[in-house]
Amino acid sequence: MTTETPAIAYDTAHPDESFIQGLWENFKGGNLGSAPVIFGLTIIVIVFGFTAQNFFTAVNFNNIITQMAGTTMLAFGVVFVLLLGEIDLSIGYLSGLIGVIAAELQKPDSGHHYAGLWPIIGALIVALGIGAFQGSFVALIGVPSFVVTLAGLLAWQGVIQITLGAGGPIIIENRWINYTASYFFSPTAGWIIAAIVIAFYLGSVGLSLLDKRRHGVTVRYPWFVAAKVIAFIALTLLVVGICNHDRGVPLAGVEILFFLIFWTYISKRTTFGRHVYAVGGNPEAARRAGISVPRIRIIVFMISAFMAGVGGIVLAGNLRSVAPDQGGGTLLLDAISAAVIGGTSLFGGRGEVRSAVLGAAVIATIQNGLYIFGFQPGVIYIVTGSILLFAVTLDTIARRRQAKTGR
Amino acid sequence: MGRPNYVRNHSSMAAEPPVLELRGISKSFGSVEALTDVDLEVHRGEIMALVGDNGAGKSTLIKSIAGIHSVDAGEILFEGHDVHISGPKDAAKLGIEVVYQDLALCDNLDVVQNMYLGREAHNVLQVLSEPVMEQRTATTLKSLAVTTIRSIRQPVATLSGGQRQSVAVARAVMWNSKLVILDEPTAALGVAQTEQVLSLVKRLGEQGLAVILISHNLHDVFETADRISVLRLGRNAGLFERTKTTQQEVVQAITAGAPTKVSGIPQVAPS
Repeated sequence: MTTETPAIAYDTAHPDESFIQGLWENFKGGNLGSAPVIFGLTIIVIVFGFTAQNFFTAVNFNNIITQMAGTTMLAFGVVFVLLLGEIDLSIGYLSGLIGVIAAELQKPDSGHHYAGLWPIIGALIVALGIGAFQGSFVALIGVPSFVVTLAGLLAWQGVIQITLGAGGPIIIENRWINYTASYFFSPTAGWIIAAIVIAFYLGSVGLSLLDKRRHGVTVRYPWFVAAKVIAFIALTLLVVGICNHDRGVPLAGVEILFFLIFWTYISKRTTFGRHVYAVGGNPEAARRAGISVPRIRIIVFMISAFMAGVGGIVLAGNLRSVAPDQGGGTLLLDAISAAVIGGTSLFGGRGEVRSAVLGAAVIATIQNGLYIFGFQPGVIYIVTGSILLFAVTLDTIARRRQAKTGR
Repeated sequence: MGRPNYVRNHSSMAAEPPVLELRGISKSFGSVEALTDVDLEVHRGEIMALVGDNGAGKSTLIKSIAGIHSVDAGEILFEGHDVHISGPKDAAKLGIEVVYQDLALCDNLDVVQNMYLGREAHNVLQVLSEPVMEQRTATTLKSLAVTTIRSIRQPVATLSGGQRQSVAVARAVMWNSKLVILDEPTAALGVAQTEQVLSLVKRLGEQGLAVILISHNLHDVFETADRISVLRLGRNAGLFERTKTTQQEVVQAITAGAPTKVSGIPQVAPS
C-alpha cells in the first residue's frame, strides 16, 4: 500500500502507536469487539472436531448453516434493537405469525392463494406494519419496549393459535418458501457466488482506500488491510469448497451473507446507522444534535419485525409446514442470546451486526455437537445458558473498564 | 418597547444590531415562574457572561434560546430579526450552537462522529463520507489549537474532561455559527484544563463569534468576559462591564440584587 500521504499533520492514529498497542488500548477502553466470540467459536469447533463423530464433515457443516439461518435472521434485528438499548420480546411468535401468514397466502383452494414470491412479499409487508405499530408505542408514547413487546409475544401467539386452531398445521407447497431453507446451489454456481463475493469485497476495500487517498487521510495499518483481504479470500474459497463437498452452497447461507453485508453497510456507512449508535449511546445528546429519536426508534422496531419475518419464513420453509407452536420454544431466547454472545451490549450503543452471525454460529454449533454426543435437550439448554451468562459478564466487565478509562 | 440604554453606550458596535437580543422573556413550568421578563443581548466578538445562583434561571434561558423550551412571552431577535426557535434544528440553522454542561456527547462514538453528530456529511444515498468528516474535524481542532487529543478516531469515552469539553466547543464552532452558548464549560475541570478551555473561549471571541458564557466561577468570568449579566430568581439583577466592576459588586448582585427591570421598563445598568 502506498497510500500513506497525509496532507495534514493531524494524524488519525497516534504516529508511534503500534498495531498491537492500538488493540490493547481498545481492549482497555472496554472495546472487546468480536475477539472473544471468535476465540470461543474456534475452541468449540476444535473440541467437537476431535471428540464428536461425524462433526467435522461437509454434511454437518451444511446442516449447521441451515439450522442457524432462521435464528440468525431474528438475531440481525435483535442487534439493532439492542444497539438502541431496547428489547424486542415479540420476535419469536412474530416470526411464527409471519410464517403462518405466508403459509396461508400460498394455501391452494383457499380463495386467497397467491403464486410465486407473493406470499413471502405479502407476509413481510405485514411484518413491517406490525413493527411500526409496536415501535410507535415505544417511540411516540414512551411505553417501555419490554412491555410493548411482551404484549406482542402474548398476542401474536394467540393469533397463531386462533388461525391454525380449526385446520391444524398448514403444509407449504410454495417452492420459494421451501427454497429459503433447503435450496442448494450446484458446485459451479457455488464458485460463481464465491467469485462475486470476492470481487464485491475487493471493490469495496479498493473504493474506501481510493476515497481516503483522495482526501489525504492516512491508512492505518496497511499490512493489516492486506492480511484481512487475503484471509477473506481464503475463507470464502474454503467455505465454498466444503459446501461443494456435500450438496453445494445452501441458499440459507447466501441469505445470511446477504443480510450480514446489507445490515453492516446500513449500520456503519449510512447516516441512519450512525444515528442508531448515537441514540443508543446517549439519547439526549442525539436529540440535542437534531436527530429525530422517535423516527430512529420506529424504524429499528420495523427492522426487528422485518427480520423476524424473514426468519419466520426460513423456519417455515425448513419444516415445509407451519404448526400452532410456530415461533415458540427457545427461538426468541436463542436469537437474543446470539446477539449478546456475539458481543452486542445489552446497554445500548455498542455492538456489530456480525455478532448476530457469530453468536448464532456458537449456539448452533454447540447444539449440533451436543446432539451428536446424544445429550438430551436439558443439557444443551444448560450449556447455552452458561455461555450466555459468561458473555454478559464479559460485557459488563468491559463496560466498567470503559467507565474507568473515561476520566 | 425601547432599546435598553446600554446598547448606545457600548463601544463601537452600536451601528450593528446585536447577534442575539432577548426582550422580556418569560417562562413558567406549571406554577413555577422560571423566568420573568428577562432581557439579554450579545454582540459580535463579545463574550457575555451570564451568572447567577443555582435556580436563577440560567439553564432555562439558554434552553429557550436553543429551542429546547418554548417561551411563554417575549421576543427573540437574531441579528435584528424577530425569530421563532422551535427546536435544536432551528437554532442551528440560525447559527446558534450550545455546548451543554453535561456535554451532550455520545461516549460510544469517536471524536469525528461526535463532531458531525446529526449533521453527517453524506451523499444522495445517505452514505457517509468519512474522509471528508475526518479531514474537516482535524482542521477545525487545529484551528482552535486543540492539540492534546491523540487520535480523532478514539471514542470520546477515552478522553479527559478537558478534551471532551474541547471537542464539544469545537463542534459548536465548526458550523459557521454566529453565537456559541457555553454552559459551565469549566465545571469539573482541573486547573490546567480550565486554563485550556478558557483560552479556547477567548479565541472564539477573537474569531468574531458572539459568546454567552454561563458560569458559577467568577474567576473564569472575570478572566474572559466583556460584560456580565446577572440573573436572580428568574429576573435581571444587573449588567456590568468587566473593566468597570469588581467581583464584590457582582457577588452582591447575584446574592441580593434587586430586579433591575420593573414592569417592562428597562433600566440602565450600574457602572
